[in-house]
Amino acid sequence: MRPDLEIIQKWIEPGHHVLDLGCGDGTLLDFLQRERGASGFGLEINPEHITACMSKGVAVIEQNLDTQGLDNFGDDSFDVVLMTQALQAVRRPDKVLDEMLRMGREGIVTFPNFAHWRLRWGLALSGRMPESEALPYKWYNTPNIRLCTFKDFEALCRQKGIRIKSRRVVDGQHQNNWLARLWPNLLGEIAIYRITRENET
Amino acid sequence: MTDSLPADSVGVVTPQTYRFDSPLDLACGQTLDNYELVVETYGTLNEDASNAVLICHALSGHHHAAGYHSEEDKKPGWWDSCIGPGKPIDTNRFFVVSLNNLGGCHGSTGPNSVNPKTGKPFGPEFPVVTVRDWVNSQACLADRLGIECWAAVVGGSLGGMQALQWSLDYPDRLKHSVVIASTPRLTAQNIAFNEVARQAITSDQEFHGGRYYDYGVVPRRGLMLARMVGHITYLSDASMGEKFGRELRDQAYKFGFDAEFQVESYLRYQGERFSETFDANTYLLMTRALDYFDPAHEYGGDLARAMTTAQCEFLVLSFSTDWRFNPSRSEEMVNAMIAARKQVSYAEIDAPWGHDAFLIPTPRYTAAFTAYMDRVAREVGA
Repeated sequence: MRPDLEIIQKWIEPGHHVLDLGCGDGTLLDFLQRERGASGFGLEINPEHITACMSKGVAVIEQNLDTQGLDNFGDDSFDVVLMTQALQAVRRPDKVLDEMLRMGREGIVTFPNFAHWRLRWGLALSGRMPESEALPYKWYNTPNIRLCTFKDFEALCRQKGIRIKSRRVVDGQHQNNWLARLWPNLLGEIAIYRITRENET
Repeated sequence: MTDSLPADSVGVVTPQTYRFDSPLDLACGQTLDNYELVVETYGTLNEDASNAVLICHALSGHHHAAGYHSEEDKKPGWWDSCIGPGKPIDTNRFFVVSLNNLGGCHGSTGPNSVNPKTGKPFGPEFPVVTVRDWVNSQACLADRLGIECWAAVVGGSLGGMQALQWSLDYPDRLKHSVVIASTPRLTAQNIAFNEVARQAITSDQEFHGGRYYDYGVVPRRGLMLARMVGHITYLSDASMGEKFGRELRDQAYKFGFDAEFQVESYLRYQGERFSETFDANTYLLMTRALDYFDPAHEYGGDLARAMTTAQCEFLVLSFSTDWRFNPSRSEEMVNAMIAARKQVSYAEIDAPWGHDAFLIPTPRYTAAFTAYMDRVAREVGA
């Protein structure tokens, strides 16, 4: 199993009702349903991914967060709201975070770190927009329109009164290495945050 | 021309008539003492009868959904694009049941059947049936066929309404409900179009208050007009534009009122053909069934509350250019299912053909429908 999914699944308890924003081909939800006894929905806009979800038996709704919002999901209607590798691709990540913690008691967010040393190095050296395994696009065609660093994300959480329950930092292969734990904002490529509202336990 | 039928066809099929002698109570308060349903089936029912799929037809529907009635038959059933070996509803795996609904005019008991009490056709005396009545009669058919639980109940448009009603009225008798290009209730605009169609029929001089059978005539012009206005709502502006544009049948304007534009002659042709094969009283009934459908009504308009009894999983599909039952109508349904915590998958298929898109195989539609039904088949071991 992908190491990031390995980390996430440990935070899902049997019977949890889960919403996965940008669920891709449904791999994670399928796993959570089969192995962790969770239920829930995925939201997706890519037609091939939607078909893949249907074939797996993952309940998938075609819905665009940017244009359609999330009004159709009630307050506190999920135990956990997930968003893996999609926060940087929505128009207003700050509002999506609010929505995640409106719909769910807990949020799990993963995104690539724009302050990883290789990206910094690439930009400093070549003067061109950096590309990496986690960010394999050109500046003009990238879906990742809201790139941020771990420090940026954590500052936003502080400002919003979002409590970070835990943070795991992994490299591009989703391996958990000790250097990345020591200097996450420099050496971590992808972070997995578990967040909740300030007053939640 | 070769006479052999396509390899992905269910081949030559023969409809069967089932007679039911237990009375059926209808929503209008009347009771049908006995009735007949005409049915076609494709594929084979497996040993534990778990692979059955019910097809529910739309407004001008027919039991002949797939295959051909003879080797020489040129046109296959109305949903042949989706039912057959290797097609989304794969007859190598599923046992598919398709019927003509009560009140229909293709062999099931309806206004043109003989009323045993009078010895004459029912005509306007045939009770106004509802989607719920149809579902009840379909449940009797399931009993007769030995089907305790459908693997899926599937329908487009008015057929989708039946698939939805099944999930509410017989929650433990279906595993999946597939609701395509449908709506949880008609809008005022939808009802308005139906009313124009009904007025066209009832104001035809040959209608005779619905007793035209007694006079040996058919309200052909009324039916034709009804179909013409209906047909416009099945297509999109873009698809009509692409098909006909402003093309004329001849080179120049004739400064008269005959069918000069191609679209005019197409609509007239469609209307005329329909008026030769369809019964006017059935058209009135079926448009009324559409108007009345509103499962949320008895729950104070709260569709999510209406959905609470459902146990099956849902697939809801809509089409981007469908303005008869707009994608937002499907989303309304999906949101109620979400609120009621039902398992539902939803996709809006990009297709230019308006409401009719549910009959036309486009790559994405076929892929999504196939993926879902394949999983249903795997679930029931088919």
